[in-house]
Amino acid sequence: IMATVSVCQYHRGGFSFENCKRNALLEADINKLGFSSPAARKTGTTICGVVYKDGVVLGADTRATEGMVVADKNCSKIHYISPNVYCCGAGTAADTEMTTQIISSNLELHSLSTGRLPRVATANRMLKQMLFRYQGYIGAALVLGGVDSTGPQLYSIYPHGSTDKLPYVTMGSGSLAAMAVFEDRYRPNMEEEEAKRLVRDAIAAGIFNDLGSGSNIDLCVITKGKVDYLRPHDVANKKGVRTGNYRYKHGTTDDTTHHTLTCFFPL
Amino acid sequence: MNTRGLRSQLKDSVPVTGLCPQAGPYGVQDSLRRGFSSVKNELLPSHPLELSEKNFQLNQDKMNFNTLRNIQGLHAPLKLQMEYRAARQIQRLPFLPSSNLALDTLRGTDDSIGFQDILNDPVLSEIMGDPHIMTEYKLGVL
Repeated sequence: IMATVSVCQYHRGGFSFENCKRNALLEADINKLGFSSPAARKTGTTICGVVYKDGVVLGADTRATEGMVVADKNCSKIHYISPNVYCCGAGTAADTEMTTQIISSNLELHSLSTGRLPRVATANRMLKQMLFRYQGYIGAALVLGGVDSTGPQLYSIYPHGSTDKLPYVTMGSGSLAAMAVFEDRYRPNMEEEEAKRLVRDAIAAGIFNDLGSGSNIDLCVITKGKVDYLRPHDVANKKGVRTGNYRYKHGTTDDTTHHTLTCFFPL
Repeated sequence: MNTRGLRSQLKDSVPVTGLCPQAGPYGVQDSLRRGFSSVKNELLPSHPLELSEKNFQLNQDKMNFNTLRNIQGLHAPLKLQMEYRAARQIQRLPFLPSSNLALDTLRGTDDSIGFQDILNDPVLSEIMGDPHIMTEYKLGVL
């Protein structure tokens, strides 16, 4: 029966919607019983980027959350797209990962076909067309930055497919905190050290004021011909060291007999 | 590709009434080939993207041919569609997955990668249609 059913359907690749109805039914049943279905791993995040005199500085925190639990204390959110283009990703972790990898492959094939270094605008166009095709169901909010023959460029790309080309952008749950820092201290044509300090402070604002962001600060400085991937650039949250040692000293005699004393506590 | 598929290209690409009409060649519910049916399955798509994804390649081709017709005239899409029709006929046996290399080269998708190449790749499918029944269906003797 299985074989005859598949005769008429041409087997196509890509997303399969076979289980959607079943999942909706299960979700309704589970909610009736009072449980909650498992949540996708998100990067409730602070990511930001700034254009300075010679190039672009991208910054990101390193916490990945699964509902109210930290799933990964040191995940890498700055993804490689091409030697001169990098992309920070916020939203559903798997979506940002797969989307950036697909676009990276496409950009590599495209640059082999044209014989030139790929442009940031090409990556932007590919990303926005793919995200619009899936109407926002792919939850990937990206900050794309790089340096190409037309100069340093920075784009922010939203899950539904809209993009903005700006000198400084922030995305993620900590974007408001980071944007406050940018609005206060950004000025055009900064030097590299000043730009790195600005991005570091913006991410730190997101880390300390937003529950979805935390751990370390990663930085990526892209200039014409050179990329500095600083991971970690700043360990803002160091895990504490245990102050006391509660183990028995080596060679302590073991106690094999047990005596029980009942204590009477008048209440 | 089965010969019955040609008729679907003449119809509107997005079916308005009934997503997967369960009627077979005799006009009644075809349980053997399409399984059990329910009214809800036929009327509503299980996901908002299901219809748009099913017709995505078709819609892209239509859009491109329209643009080409506006720019270069009617001859350009006519010649290209003839080449597409020829390339679409280069297939392996009905139950084996075909590479569609000529079709991909014509479309320009041979140097791009998407979710259709990564998820549910037909080459890596674990089930295969019964060879006898597939060839009989293709030849129309089933």
